[in-house]
Amino acid sequence: MDATEDETKSPRNRATVERKSDREIVVTRTVNGPARLVFEAFTKAELFKRWWVPKSLGLTLLSCEVDARVGGKYRLVFEMKGSPPMAFFGTYREVVPGSRLVWTNEESGESGSVTTATFEERGEKTLLTIHELYPTKEACDADAGSKDGIGETFEQLDELLGTLGASAA
Amino acid sequence: MVQHGRAHLDASFGAISDATRRGVLEQLGRADASITDLAEKFHMTLTGMKKHVSVLEQAGLVTTEKVGRVRTCKLGPRRLEQEAAWIERYRKLWDHRFDELENVVLELKRKEGNDGRNGR
Repeated sequence: MDATEDETKSPRNRATVERKSDREIVVTRTVNGPARLVFEAFTKAELFKRWWVPKSLGLTLLSCEVDARVGGKYRLVFEMKGSPPMAFFGTYREVVPGSRLVWTNEESGESGSVTTATFEERGEKTLLTIHELYPTKEACDADAGSKDGIGETFEQLDELLGTLGASAA
Repeated sequence: MVQHGRAHLDASFGAISDATRRGVLEQLGRADASITDLAEKFHMTLTGMKKHVSVLEQAGLVTTEKVGRVRTCKLGPRRLEQEAAWIERYRKLWDHRFDELENVVLELKRKEGNDGRNGR
């Protein structure tokens, strides 16, 4: 038990997702903590690997390399029970400590997206915006859909969370 | 262009805001039907039914195909459900991620506090 802050009354932070255009998906959420530390959790491998793949997804992170410098690479390898390992990798394009991080997603070849994460400090909290830009509408649809490994993990997540949202059969 | 996604969803919601159109969707869920069939079933003129079907078609909820002189209607790709469902899935994934991120950040913050106190 750790009751550093009694936040029983304050609403939980909740992510919003918006399909901004045919090629863009934007996720925002407020995270407790200063931008400097949130940024650190994105750019240090030993921290990044603790949250990027939530335990609840049923994925095992086999390796995680993060070299968050402009031109530096990252590489994540996951394994899901009964499936071959999946690798996700790319290059950092922009690294502005405490405020902005841009990386490419190269595992899908030419249909890979470019992710821009921005960190805006709001008092004790940080407003995080994750912007995914895909080269085509099709690539965006495919990623958002359920025909890849991530889709399967979504399904697992759905099972875990039960009927939280409005579900469509 | 930025508004495209929202415009599309609005079109879907507009399409199902009408009782006849919801009835048509239900009917097509049971079996494909021609516009003439639908007009008869809902006691409407052919022109009136054509308008309803065209709204549903624009929203991607119904597709039509003309064979000879008969236009057959069937359920479309049901994009409303799909869009709502994937957005919610995606949102849940990120919420889980961010919850764990928050734990990591809180721990860093606490560590900093301790270091600061013990530092000198």
